[in-house]
Amino acid sequence: MTFRKYLVLAGVTVFAAAGDSLLSHGMKQTGAISLHHLQSVILAVLNPWVAVGILLLLAFFASYMTALSWADLTYVLPATSLGYVLLALVAKFALHEQVSPLRWLGIALISGGVGFVAGGPALTSHPLHPHVEAADAVASAAAGGGES
Amino acid sequence: MKHLYTWGAICAIVFASVVGDVLLARAMKQVGDVGALWRSRGVWTVAGRILGNPNFASGIVAMAAAFFSLLFALSWGDVSLVAPAAASLTFVGNAFAARIFLHEKVDRRRWIAAGLVAAGVALLAG
Repeated sequence: MTFRKYLVLAGVTVFAAAGDSLLSHGMKQTGAISLHHLQSVILAVLNPWVAVGILLLLAFFASYMTALSWADLTYVLPATSLGYVLLALVAKFALHEQVSPLRWLGIALISGGVGFVAGGPALTSHPLHPHVEAADAVASAAAGGGES
Repeated sequence: MKHLYTWGAICAIVFASVVGDVLLARAMKQVGDVGALWRSRGVWTVAGRILGNPNFASGIVAMAAAFFSLLFALSWGDVSLVAPAAASLTFVGNAFAARIFLHEKVDRRRWIAAGLVAAGVALLAG
């Protein structure tokens, strides 16, 4: 993992949280969408908060795709776990939404669970580089199949 | 009723996201390391390989479905419920999907983590 790759993972986290928050703010201004008036979803895109939120989610998508090109799906996803904490802070202090103690505990459990995965040795059994992965597959095939 | 709508939209987000994530992960593995490819062949080769990948196109369709479900969910529920609930359930779904469809190894540590995440989601719903 190089510094640049950590920057990409940080981008995945921050852009996702910021994009979702701006979308939430914009959609609250637009009001609840009725299933009978689906065209209001299109109009929602004209809201500046929603528009900037979409731009940020595009930036998230670019970093996400880049990360997926050199890392496992189950490795990249935990990188967004810090985003939940970020979201709770943004929801509380910027959007002034009610975040109850139980929800805080829920967010803590989710982050803990995801951090558990990210910090575990499961990572080492998932080599990040395709050529290492290929070599690993060859090695386990040579060892007689491997588990599961 | 609003609660039911929110959770229905969350389920739609989770299903579409898992399908999309698996397809996109498969596509990007087929493309290879974007950074290395960019340096050796240039940005147009990278763009061409990604956009020409059929898994990528299908993944984008699934992600678009997830995105519009997200817009619905956010207009009905709080961001601090919708975003973590959808994302964490997607995480659990992806652990299963990555094991079955991408042949990633999901060990005991990851199942314990999935339990913690599920408990967290239950608390968020309360």
